[in-house]
Amino acid sequence: MSAELVISNVSRVFPGVNSGQPVTALQPTDLEIPRNDFVTILGPSGCGKSTLLRIVAGLDRPTTGSVTLAGQPVTGPGADRGMVFQSYTLFPWLTIRDNVAFGLREKGVAEREKWEIVDSYIDKVGLRGFENHWPKQLSGGMQQRTAIARALANNPRILLLDEPFGALDNQTRGLMQELLLGIWEREVKTVIFVTHDIEEAVFMASRVVTMTARPGRIKSITPVDLPHPRHYTVKSSPEFSALRLKLTEEIRSEAIMAATDG
Amino acid sequence: MHPLQPIGRGARIALGFLFFVLFFAAWGFATLGGFVSPTFLADPITMANDGFYLLTEQGFLTDIGVTVWRVVGGFVLASVVAVPLGIAMGAYKPVEALLEPFVSFARYLPASAFVPLLILWAGIGELQKLLVIFIGSVFQIILMIAVGVANTRRDLVEAAYTLGAKDSGVIRRVLIPANAPDIAETLRLVLGWAWTYVIVAELIGASSGIGYMIINSQALMATGQIIFGIIVIGLIGLVSDFLFKAVNRRLYAWRLA
Repeated sequence: MSAELVISNVSRVFPGVNSGQPVTALQPTDLEIPRNDFVTILGPSGCGKSTLLRIVAGLDRPTTGSVTLAGQPVTGPGADRGMVFQSYTLFPWLTIRDNVAFGLREKGVAEREKWEIVDSYIDKVGLRGFENHWPKQLSGGMQQRTAIARALANNPRILLLDEPFGALDNQTRGLMQELLLGIWEREVKTVIFVTHDIEEAVFMASRVVTMTARPGRIKSITPVDLPHPRHYTVKSSPEFSALRLKLTEEIRSEAIMAATDG
Repeated sequence: MHPLQPIGRGARIALGFLFFVLFFAAWGFATLGGFVSPTFLADPITMANDGFYLLTEQGFLTDIGVTVWRVVGGFVLASVVAVPLGIAMGAYKPVEALLEPFVSFARYLPASAFVPLLILWAGIGELQKLLVIFIGSVFQIILMIAVGVANTRRDLVEAAYTLGAKDSGVIRRVLIPANAPDIAETLRLVLGWAWTYVIVAELIGASSGIGYMIINSQALMATGQIIFGIIVIGLIGLVSDFLFKAVNRRLYAWRLA
């Protein structure tokens, strides 16, 4: 089976600011992601993991290499690659319902079908009763749930998440992980999830991709064979602990390098 | 009283009124107490009498109507031109590069200095009044809107693109709604300035309007009438400001939520 998403030889060099040295954010990277895989990309801050994700999303251009999704080369952002950002990016002037409907409206989906889809995703992320609220009136966790619903309602081929729970408190984050994983188990989607949280990376993933400190490149790919559906109690299982330890060791050395390099 | 500490609604209104009372009291004290010659400054009672005379005998309401129409006309004209241009400038860098230097320059051209020229071009009719306001407002609006649109949150624009929006969709469904409250606020501000321009235009070469009444009253040394005219302008400004704010609060409830 050919891979759904093919990242080949993708690198990114940012030009120097004020005639300074150019900064290599990402070394030439290859990665293939099969259909319906859930890949987490784990790495210390500044390892280029967000840059890689933004290139897949089409929001940034690679300096070398190319990305293809289902055989189509990526040339810019598009509805086939849904994205959830770390910052709260709900449109503040639209209600929760209209936010979730944004992509469908842009596509020109018929009214009735549109609202059916929107309401079903609002249910899936547990926001029934909040449809007519403004984003500002919702907590951070609820806003990110809306953002996930908004991305999924568009039925993208692949869902990209850039540290979506990074700004949430620990308890909320745990609940959000379960919610997203539950949706993935039922809907079956290709997902790339960027995080710097090791536990999160293991819990969510079928495969964990670790990256080295800047300039970033892929260091290892670790399959996670924990059974589905996953319950949060899996986090205290020996298999989980073993994976966490292995990844902690790998990331630790990178984090030390990142910290000393500045 | 501590920095940034909010106060109650009642206290806010009472304090707002208090200053008006103080202002009129000081004015009354200076004039009625005989500290200022009535030739130069009328007292509040004379002002009120003059105002009543203007409204009942001199058809001052018509003058007020004419001035309001000029302000609104010139302002709407300027907005219709400036809002789309400002959005285009904020959204598209080449448009910005083309227009920004000129608009920044034109913004400093004093509208009142155009009055003699505009009289030559357009006579002393309504068109000339509208043009003074137009010139005074249009560049300000363009520039302020362009800056706002250019500073739209980048992550919202990116989110829209990843949801499948095209360029026109980003403008219509992100840049415009995101900036609508600031655009309204800009218009409210510039409307205030438009009042200054209309009076200047009416002081020179007009046969009706509040400014015309004021310049006529100067010839008659009727300072009470002048002050009444000025106060009427202030009151209209206050009311239009209030209406603008009320409409904005309704339209842009998402901001306050």
